[in-house]
Amino acid sequence: MIKAILIFNNHGKPRLSKFYEHYSEDTEQQIIRETFHLVSKRDENVCNFLEGGMLIGGSDYKLIYRHYATLYFVFCVDSSESELGILDLIQVFVETLDKCFENVCELDLIFHVDKVHNILAEMVMGGMVLETNMNEIIMQVDAQNKMEKSETFIFQSTRQDR
Amino acid sequence: MPAVSKGDGMRGLAVFISDIRNCKSKEAEIKRINKELANIRSKFKGDKALDGYSKKKYVCKLLFIFLLGHDIDFGHMEAVNLLSSNKYTEKQIGYLFISVLVNSNSDLIRLINNGIKNDLNSRNPTFMNLALHCIANVGSREMAEAFASDIPRILVAGDTMDSVKQSAALCLLRLNRTSPDLVPMGEWTARVVHLLNDQHLGVVTAATSLITTLAQKSPDDFKTSVALSVARLSRIVTSASIDLQDYTYYFVAAPWLSVKLLRLLQCYPPPEDASLRSRLTECLETILNKAQEPPKSKKVQHSNAKNAVLFEAISLIIHHDSEPTLLVRACNQLGQFLQHRETNLRYLALESMCMLASSEFSHEAVKTHMETVINALKTERDVSVRQRAVDLLYAMCDRSNAKQIVAEMLTYLENADYSIREEIVLKVAILAEKYAVDYTWYVDTILNLIRIAGDYVSEEVWYRVIQIVINRDDVQGYAAKTVFEALQAPACHENLVKVGGYILGEFGNLIAGDSRSSPLVQFNLLHSKFHLCSVPTRALLLSAYIKFINLFPEVKITIQDVLRSDSQLRNADVELQQRAVEYLRLSCIASTDILATVLEEMPPFPERESSILAKLKKKKGRGNLPVIDDTRRNVNGNVEHAEKTEAPNQVSTPSFTDLLNLNSAPGPGGNLLVDVFSDNAALSSTDVCEENFSRFVCKNNGVIFENQLLQIGLKSEYRQNLGRMYVFYGNKTSTQFLSFTSSLSVLDSFSPQLNMHVKTVDPVIEGGAQVQQILNMECVSDFTEAPVLKVQFRYGGMLQNLAVKLPVMLNKFFQPTEMTSQDFFQRWKQLGAPEQEVQKIFKAKLPMDTEVTKAKIIGFGVALLDRVDPNPENFVGAGVIHTKSIQVGCLLRLEPNAQAQMYRLTLRTSRESVSRRLCDLLSEQF
Repeated sequence: MIKAILIFNNHGKPRLSKFYEHYSEDTEQQIIRETFHLVSKRDENVCNFLEGGMLIGGSDYKLIYRHYATLYFVFCVDSSESELGILDLIQVFVETLDKCFENVCELDLIFHVDKVHNILAEMVMGGMVLETNMNEIIMQVDAQNKMEKSETFIFQSTRQDR
Repeated sequence: MPAVSKGDGMRGLAVFISDIRNCKSKEAEIKRINKELANIRSKFKGDKALDGYSKKKYVCKLLFIFLLGHDIDFGHMEAVNLLSSNKYTEKQIGYLFISVLVNSNSDLIRLINNGIKNDLNSRNPTFMNLALHCIANVGSREMAEAFASDIPRILVAGDTMDSVKQSAALCLLRLNRTSPDLVPMGEWTARVVHLLNDQHLGVVTAATSLITTLAQKSPDDFKTSVALSVARLSRIVTSASIDLQDYTYYFVAAPWLSVKLLRLLQCYPPPEDASLRSRLTECLETILNKAQEPPKSKKVQHSNAKNAVLFEAISLIIHHDSEPTLLVRACNQLGQFLQHRETNLRYLALESMCMLASSEFSHEAVKTHMETVINALKTERDVSVRQRAVDLLYAMCDRSNAKQIVAEMLTYLENADYSIREEIVLKVAILAEKYAVDYTWYVDTILNLIRIAGDYVSEEVWYRVIQIVINRDDVQGYAAKTVFEALQAPACHENLVKVGGYILGEFGNLIAGDSRSSPLVQFNLLHSKFHLCSVPTRALLLSAYIKFINLFPEVKITIQDVLRSDSQLRNADVELQQRAVEYLRLSCIASTDILATVLEEMPPFPERESSILAKLKKKKGRGNLPVIDDTRRNVNGNVEHAEKTEAPNQVSTPSFTDLLNLNSAPGPGGNLLVDVFSDNAALSSTDVCEENFSRFVCKNNGVIFENQLLQIGLKSEYRQNLGRMYVFYGNKTSTQFLSFTSSLSVLDSFSPQLNMHVKTVDPVIEGGAQVQQILNMECVSDFTEAPVLKVQFRYGGMLQNLAVKLPVMLNKFFQPTEMTSQDFFQRWKQLGAPEQEVQKIFKAKLPMDTEVTKAKIIGFGVALLDRVDPNPENFVGAGVIHTKSIQVGCLLRLEPNAQAQMYRLTLRTSRESVSRRLCDLLSEQF
């Protein structure tokens, strides 16, 4: 089972955090910091797996991560998940984001947190892998966007926004 | 065209985020956030009704603020409104907010559940998916109660859309994890298994996950899934990759589904049916063959996906552990990976090989890779990989290669990463002991350990070497000689001084014949380290000195002079002073015979399991430690040695405390004379005292712990799911306890079932005084493990540590229920499912007295029901366990059989775990 999915940048600023087990807000922030600390001190070219930090459950859990340009994508999983499978899942996630945002960059994650959550929800649900087929995921996201468009169109004419 | 257009969206949100990003300091950021929170709060509270768009915008802002690490304590109501909207955008953001921010015991759960219910019934697949996602992500008990029975129906209904089926399967899986008792098994289970044949591979993947979890719990119900999984797997493995179109990932056919199917098969033994079995073997062979084929793509994703399947296949082969050819092929494959340029593969290969090492078919094959693994230990740049290499060396170690492996580990230890040193020390200590052919090697190894990594050598390790030396007289002379030589080093670790002091004190006479290690030389050597050591070590050395007086009468005068010096007799540390005074006096007044009796050589320690192994297990957590003690490879028959226990400390203590009548103060001083260890025994007493635990099952007040220093009394009261315990600490001595602390820990690292709050106590307890500590508790749900009270204080300069299991048990949260005979039997019948009943038949340990039994049952917390059972000899009771999350009704019946001196106890409750726990508790009472 996936216990948490975290995205943060090279400075440790969280860009997405999704916990599939309940923690207090405080603990969640601590876990993010701890994970950043563990992952960021590792060299490039070392392996993509390491034992989880104390807060997330220690050596019974693994952190599986990938580092793309300015962002770290970290999945914290228990022993029932295949390490390489999760690594590929991160790749699918990123490729999907890339398709949805057209060359995804850190700013997209910042300004469209809700969208990123929706895309992730199409892939992982309650800590389990829901869908791994990128076309299927994008199809769902497209369908959502269409619905959104049709709804916003109706009352987008006059709005004072702030 | 991108699926998300960047232009539209919420301008207010974008502006806010930009503001935050432009903040120059943390303070500025907090200020901006507080301003925004105030703004949103006033908008939410304002009279003007907000339109859906604004609500959505504000909720998005809140989400962003939350991500930055700020508490969000409002907005939930608005989110609930959003999710009840029938506009998709609003509903979607409402659900998002709820699943990110709402914890399981929110007050709003009822309203949320209402919204979910509507969406589940809406027949709109998008809405249904949102609702299912929310249930899965929150996963609370209330939600499980509300929906656990609907979801199986959605899952197996013929007209459900594929995407909804997928979500429903995983949702059910999640509920099964969080509240297994609420997910009803039923006729749907058979239909779930058939989802393995579904057209849509996404549905199959989700269903496989679900079945895997269910099959772990009740394998028999899902047996048919084996044949279906093998068939499915075989179709994927043999298909050309294009057959599966979208589920082909970088030229690998459905890798995730293959992995999941292979996982599912690991819930079962190898299939008995021959044709099925050969079909599976064929699949596994094909997967192994594919690994040898040239890659279809240079992309790393291709090899990743291929290898994910391969590693899972190898896991299954190891799990079955029945096909020697497959096992050896797997081992060879992993051997190739050990030298692969991809670090990930080397890591995983080391990890999988650990499992292979414990199979009798492949143990030898694994050993052929020893050199490669040792090389990995030396050259890998990545500490994660090196750690796996250590694990594998540990797993592949047997008598034939132990010396080499231990030597390599010791070499590695010299510059190992700090984070894994302690673990390596433990592993070396265990291997050295387990595979020691001659114990001189063992002694050398441990002394080397102390030399190389003294700071990481825990007490268990050096206790253990002393136990072994004491129990084996063939090694004692060698040990004495070796420690003597090791102590010659100008700077040696304090742990070495401890071992040296103890061993020379016991066996110094064995090397005293040599003039280079004459008694006086030995003493001077030990004493030269004395002043650099900490108090406990000095105390140990003093004990070694008094043992010297017994062993070597010729150094008596020298030692007496040392004991008599002001730095000893007037030492500021009470313990050292007391030892000096007592030992000096003992050496002056006792006759040689008495001295010889009192200071006799330590008796052998009782044979027990190694405490080091226990420590390693604890450190590594369950499941991560390769099993090396299986009988198959237990070549060393006599490895089990003594554990450091309290037993020797108490041997014959009373005889000479009386005899000498030296110490008026009670305490460790009393039995220190025999055992130089006892101060450390106090330090290391991690054993939890449970002695009086069961006496508190049927009563709330009394003394839970008592030794020479301290008495701990308890008074407790319980109401519904709340309890309060008063803990009284009584100082039985005339001296202050200093730095007194007491804290709670639950044996099971973290227990959300029981909330405990402890008030702190004053750090000083005057002699003869009593202090009180209040402990408040709340029972959240049913629990088994009792909390442990850890008490620590200094008495006479020595740290005392003790741990007492507190009698907080499930039955304390009972409220008695009176009922009539008719009601009783009606409910009894309702609770008739086999998992609800737990029964125990046991022999009476105490005299069978009706009145006492009655008192105990009432003390247990239930109402004792009169004239309910037709047999007047029997006792029946009823009560309700109150926890925060649920209340569990409970019926019990105790049937004594006076002739056989036996009882039969039956408990029926709606939860199996509760029935079991209550039965265990009560059955110990008669």
